[in-house]
Amino acid sequence: MGTSVQKETQPGIGREGPASQPRARNAIWQVLNTLSIPVLALFTALVISAFFILASDPVILAAYGNFFQSPVHALAISWNEVASAYTALFLGAIGSPAAIVVAIRTYLATGQTNGLIQAFYPFSESLVAATPYIFAGLAVALGFKCGLFNIGAEGQIYIGALTAAYVGYRFTGLPWIIHAPLTLLAAALAGAVWAGIPGYLKAKTGAHEVINTMMMNYVAFNLADFLLNGPMKRGGSTGYIPISPDIQTSAYLPKFFPDPIRLHAGFLIALVMAGAMFWFLWRTTLGFELRTVGSNLRAAKYAGINITRNFVLAMALSGALAAMGGAGEVMGVNHSISQSFSPGYGYNSIALALMGGSNPLGVVLASLLFGALSNGATAMQALAGIPIDIVSIVQAFVIMFVAAPATIRFIYRLKVEGGVQAVFTRGWGGG
Amino acid sequence: MPTVFELQGITKRFPGVLANDHIHLTLEQGEVHALLGENGAGKTTLMNILYGLYTPDEGTILVHGSEAKITSPEDALRLGIGMVHQHFMLVPPFTVTENVMLGVETLHYGLFLDRESVARRIRDIADQYGLQVDPAARVQDLSVGAQQRVEIVKILYRQANILILDEPTAVLTPQEVEDLFKVIRELVARGVSVIFISHKLKEVMDIADRITVLRDGKVVGTTRPADTSLATLARMMVGREVILTVDKAPARMGPVVLEIKDLQVRDDRKQMAVNGLSLEVRAGEILGVAGVQGNGQTELVEGLTGLRPVSGGEVHILGHDTTHASPRRILEQGVAHIPEDRQRDGLVLSYPVADNLVLNTYYLPPFARGMELQAGAVLASAAELVRQFDIRTPSVLALTSGLSGGNQQKVIVAREFSRPIQLLIASQPTRGLDVGSIEYIHQRLVEKRDQGCAVLLVSPELDEIMSLSDRIAVMFRGQIIETVVGGAATPEQLGLLMAGIHPGEERVPAAVPA
Repeated sequence: MGTSVQKETQPGIGREGPASQPRARNAIWQVLNTLSIPVLALFTALVISAFFILASDPVILAAYGNFFQSPVHALAISWNEVASAYTALFLGAIGSPAAIVVAIRTYLATGQTNGLIQAFYPFSESLVAATPYIFAGLAVALGFKCGLFNIGAEGQIYIGALTAAYVGYRFTGLPWIIHAPLTLLAAALAGAVWAGIPGYLKAKTGAHEVINTMMMNYVAFNLADFLLNGPMKRGGSTGYIPISPDIQTSAYLPKFFPDPIRLHAGFLIALVMAGAMFWFLWRTTLGFELRTVGSNLRAAKYAGINITRNFVLAMALSGALAAMGGAGEVMGVNHSISQSFSPGYGYNSIALALMGGSNPLGVVLASLLFGALSNGATAMQALAGIPIDIVSIVQAFVIMFVAAPATIRFIYRLKVEGGVQAVFTRGWGGG
Repeated sequence: MPTVFELQGITKRFPGVLANDHIHLTLEQGEVHALLGENGAGKTTLMNILYGLYTPDEGTILVHGSEAKITSPEDALRLGIGMVHQHFMLVPPFTVTENVMLGVETLHYGLFLDRESVARRIRDIADQYGLQVDPAARVQDLSVGAQQRVEIVKILYRQANILILDEPTAVLTPQEVEDLFKVIRELVARGVSVIFISHKLKEVMDIADRITVLRDGKVVGTTRPADTSLATLARMMVGREVILTVDKAPARMGPVVLEIKDLQVRDDRKQMAVNGLSLEVRAGEILGVAGVQGNGQTELVEGLTGLRPVSGGEVHILGHDTTHASPRRILEQGVAHIPEDRQRDGLVLSYPVADNLVLNTYYLPPFARGMELQAGAVLASAAELVRQFDIRTPSVLALTSGLSGGNQQKVIVAREFSRPIQLLIASQPTRGLDVGSIEYIHQRLVEKRDQGCAVLLVSPELDEIMSLSDRIAVMFRGQIIETVVGGAATPEQLGLLMAGIHPGEERVPAAVPA
């Protein structure tokens, strides 16, 4: 940077400490380094979960009861069991590579698309499953970037889904080009207001956002309970099930492929949101402010940044993203909202934000992994007879190892590079 | 005098850095041996080796004549070596007794803590060495100086007789430094040997029997205070001639830029820390605010810059009322602020240098167009400032946390000076910096003054205030008790004022700061 000349003429001034490192060797190495923890975490989680798979099968447990009579037998059926389980998981999540190749060949030769659709169906389902994770993961990550811990993504998802369902079935006769965007925007707005409240309380009164977002989850769940059993309840034969009426087809998110592929525009919108979030955080003055508040609150004040506005803004944007996740499920997949439509997207999203390092691209990758795992779980149960809960165990271990990277570093003897660790949120002491 | 320990050819390498290069050092019984060097010269690394926190790559350590393998602080303590770190290792809610006995608890019936006997021994040690320590006090209620005494008692309690003090004065007020020096003299008189790590020349000349200067991990030389001078030590330490005094022309004062009337500002505990303070700073002068830390200086600066609400009085900057203005409005009046704690307030350490250089101008052209940041303009300006202010960083995209303290301060100075400013508020601008950086920052402050900027300099370092200020205002208990002309003031006169005593009414107790 042109300082080398002066270095020679003025050797003493402000010398670098011994910690001054040689320039980062190359970017590729850094990327590998960043990826090593999640990849190793997944691998370790699969290895540990293998023992749970074995423990869940009485035949294998019996074989270990006779281990000293026939150890080879016990080990062999263990291996078969685990291999078939993970093969099924892979086939369910990604699809069969051989089938995909065959399908592509057939298509090229004959123009037949049926084979293609079948071959890519598992993968498309993984993308469908990943979509709400991406939205909610981005939501939590955005909060982290401003130093806020948004525990309330789950509630915000419900608020978004409720709003989308209401706008979706209540308004009739609108053209698609108006109705669908209107539904999505209404949901985002509702989520923004819902999450903006704890943001405002934090900024004005110092009330901790963890407590308030968590409490507002309960308000959201019970609001959903009330609405789906009362004002928003579907009439007719499904009388006792708490579920809303179906939304108008004009509020559907468009699908790209013929049935049974369910992949819908929500997935693309999620990717666009990840890109938009990246642009917002690193390319705009508002994002700069938000990140500064999250990185050093005192320095942000010193620089003249309005803290209140940033807390409210960050929570509102976070809530909007989470709500879009809920709306996406309503508009793209279920076309209605039932009381228990979310299997905990909002809670898992905290782990996803951590796993992705609060970085939009990282969150997308982590969400794809989670989508694939939960989608593959179904196949694992169907093909290999492994309880679906095993996948929850895999996910739990992945989260554990990613949230506590020291464990992975210890197991694989990895060195900490640079020593600077990302701080996701400030302490719990308020402030 | 017998030698208590000897380091022979100690070498320690870190990736890409030779932190200690064949260092030879001896410590004799009952001496204060100062290790002098700039930040990053390898002083702390060397002492961490002696204390068992690092293992050397080469070299041997002899303690009392026999070779010692020190691989942990426990080993060091067993050999009688204790260390007081720059950041204290105390549990704030615990009492002094509990902190001292932590790890070496004395028990009743093998189950209950025997606080009484420990407290008695603490009192014995305190009496013996003239350390004022109350065993029953909670550490969180103690001043920094008292906490440091607790650390020393902790070591003496463990019967160590070699004491390593790592930058012990960095956190102390001038009086506390005097008190510490009394304690050190008492300790060595009773046969304790002390290693005193510092980068402050005057202190080292005051307290040391021998001085070893380190530079770039090597021993430059060992000398005695009587055989050397400040200038010589500075040259050994920095490796070139250093101008210790600031050359400046007489001030050409202009109109009043900052006018403070009856200002009142409360501290975090809602006490009135600034209580009816009035002051004027004119263009083209440096007004130094002297005073013992904790007399409201922090609150004054925060009140002036909008970071802390003002409870009463008025502040006018260039005729505009900024008493209750937001930090941004005050910045936009042409006010620059070098904050007291650069890492806490002035920088985002996890940001690249370039981002910190636009931390308060990011929203203005050319750095922003509408709401979009102009990365090109930010980087170009950063490259120019890095060159102009000689900031030593591998790149403008390097993280600020990796820079040395002096270079971090330069980032702040570069940022603040790169805007058109009328008033500069500098709070302890050279805190924790080495000689070379101090010289640099001082020159820049004078340069700003000569360009017609009004400079309000707040510092507890009397030397700094005296060498830079055109006028000196002494702050005591939230008020300015006297303003004197810079060149005319003596340290003694200012010391009295800092203690709240007007010269002429000298009914002075013994504890007057030097």
